[in-house]
Amino acid sequence: MQKFTQLNGLVAPLDRANVDTDLIIPKQFLKSIKRTGFGPNLFDELRYLDEGYPGQDASQRPLNPDFVLNQPRYQGAEVLLARQNFGCGSSREHAPWALVDFGFRAVIAPSFADIFFNNAPKNGLLLIQLDEAVLDRLFAEVAASEGYRLLIDLPAQKVTTPSGEVLSFEMDPFRKHCLINGLDDIGITLQDAQAIKDYEVRQAQQTPWIFA
Amino acid sequence: MSQPRTLYDKLWDAHVVKQREDGTALLYIDRHLLHEVTSPQAFEGLRLAGRSPWRLGANLATPDHNVPTTQKERAQGVSGIEDETSRIQVQTLDENCDAFGITEFKINDVRQGIVHVVGPEQGATLPGMTLVCGDSHTATHGAFAALAHGVGTSEVEHVLATQCLIQRKMKNLLIQVDGRLQPGVTAKDIILAVIGEIGTAGGTGYAMEFAGSAIESLSMEGRMTICNMAIEAGARVGLVACDQTTLDYVKGRPFAPQGEQWAQAEAYWKNLHTDSGAVFDKVVTLDAAAIEPQVSWGTSPEMVAPISGQVPNPADAVDETQRKSWVRALEYMGLQPNQALTDIRLDRVFIGSCTNSRIEDLRAAAVVIKGRKVASSVKQALVVPGSGLVKQQAEAEGLDQVFVAAGFEWREPGCSMCLAMNADKLGAGEHCASTSNRNFEGRQGYGGRTHLVSPAMAAAAAIAGHFIDVRQF
Ligand code: SF4
Repeated sequence: MQKFTQLNGLVAPLDRANVDTDLIIPKQFLKSIKRTGFGPNLFDELRYLDEGYPGQDASQRPLNPDFVLNQPRYQGAEVLLARQNFGCGSSREHAPWALVDFGFRAVIAPSFADIFFNNAPKNGLLLIQLDEAVLDRLFAEVAASEGYRLLIDLPAQKVTTPSGEVLSFEMDPFRKHCLINGLDDIGITLQDAQAIKDYEVRQAQQTPWIFA
Repeated sequence: MSQPRTLYDKLWDAHVVKQREDGTALLYIDRHLLHEVTSPQAFEGLRLAGRSPWRLGANLATPDHNVPTTQKERAQGVSGIEDETSRIQVQTLDENCDAFGITEFKINDVRQGIVHVVGPEQGATLPGMTLVCGDSHTATHGAFAALAHGVGTSEVEHVLATQCLIQRKMKNLLIQVDGRLQPGVTAKDIILAVIGEIGTAGGTGYAMEFAGSAIESLSMEGRMTICNMAIEAGARVGLVACDQTTLDYVKGRPFAPQGEQWAQAEAYWKNLHTDSGAVFDKVVTLDAAAIEPQVSWGTSPEMVAPISGQVPNPADAVDETQRKSWVRALEYMGLQPNQALTDIRLDRVFIGSCTNSRIEDLRAAAVVIKGRKVASSVKQALVVPGSGLVKQQAEAEGLDQVFVAAGFEWREPGCSMCLAMNADKLGAGEHCASTSNRNFEGRQGYGGRTHLVSPAMAAAAAIAGHFIDVRQF
């Protein structure tokens, strides 16, 4: 998992409440055997004018020019501004996979759906909760200035706007620890790597055939 | 003198790497079996994180769920798999195993087969091991006094990367089966009777050890059949103590220890049984002599009855929940209350799956079939050996000829009609006598009606065209 400490990222706004996981990544793409490659189908129904199905060449599909992520000024965005209850619906881990694969490293919204809230950080995606009123202001600022970036400092739990305004956010200490150190469940187990190795050395005496 | 321990306690204790404060433990995994369906995203995850398998030699893979079983499709290897999704999954397993250097028995390797048949057959499943696989029927391997259970895709990745799992210890349940089985009654009938007795949630939260004279007298194949279905009784883990039968089976298999190590292993394995005086949290006893051949009539493995019995009447249900589930099951299965089980007519017969596709199962079916013909009302009767080696052995014994002469199709190894991920499936409304382990709605095909039975009972049903007591056959 990619570590998250500081990020100075281009911001894209998705001004829509209750964005569900089906909207983030439609169900026909779940047949995939991979957890990468979902990026081209992130927000598929909003992004393209035709119907999407697995295996298409996305570069040949007609883009919806009105969709925010298709606008030139938001290309390369790493921070997504969103509205309340982002990530509701099914538990598919494909939703954070798709956001990360597209290039997003953080989502800022007034609230997130529970399961998505749990899934996202496991995949290195930082979720930041800020007040609705603050979000209103950020949406307005993004719209007003092209190339709008936010400086996110996870260890300090602060977001700094281009004008120098500093916004603090809450963060569960365990999640923060995992994100900063790039640790998923596996990463946490691997902190015990020495204990695992010691066990193997001990067992190799007892049951050498296991390690043959 | 240490406390007397159960077999499960011993296996657990020997594999704890680290006890955690929250009551969980980091448990070491000796053997990891992989197949094409639940592994691709785990490999992908490893790759993304830049990790590699912790201990390559712990892993063994083979495709089984999606492989076609007709010679026509199998002749071309992977590229011959007609269904695209299936082909890609099998190909992906090949590519991942090649890339990471994991031993794989590929589609046309004679050692390929259902992962739970292949592990024991190769001696990759050994007594005293912890063993996991991304498949719930991993319980099968507990027949070798191994701590074995199924895991999900994220845990497949966890095991690949760390050779460990974070686990919480289960409780101990003993299923004591004493006495002598009647002729014609098999391991499958024991486990169906157990599930009928304790229900599909009876073992939830427990490691389920099977013991008693009836279990001791079973072959390894029979013990595997029993442990395979522990999961259908709600237990993730089934167990049988290690004894001479176990050692005789394991000795000389390709992955088994040899020479000096064998002697050391044998001494270690002989301790793999529950100590006398060890306490179980729950005990269930059954009289083997009283068990009849079993037939499932409903859509859950606990909906089972002896062949002399009848389909139950919802009016006799103990409560409203049971009544409703019986009504729903009878409707789905197209059966009448109080209908005799021998009146159920079969459209298809399937002998196979990780429950009953080993050589002993095929022999038991062949004995019944020999010199007889499949009833003309039966549209299809399939025999799908559990592995290429089982198939080879059966052919060496001439069993294939017995099946083919009777009108059975003799197929290539795989999961096949057990879960209908390939082309082998039931049509809507069709009744199937199946030696597999799950009779859920749609399991063997949309609208299909599965009846779980032993290989001998399936064989007899194929000949008669309806269920019949194999003891009178
Ligand atoms: S034979 Fe059936 S139960 Fe066994 S592993 Fe294959 S699909 Fe699962």
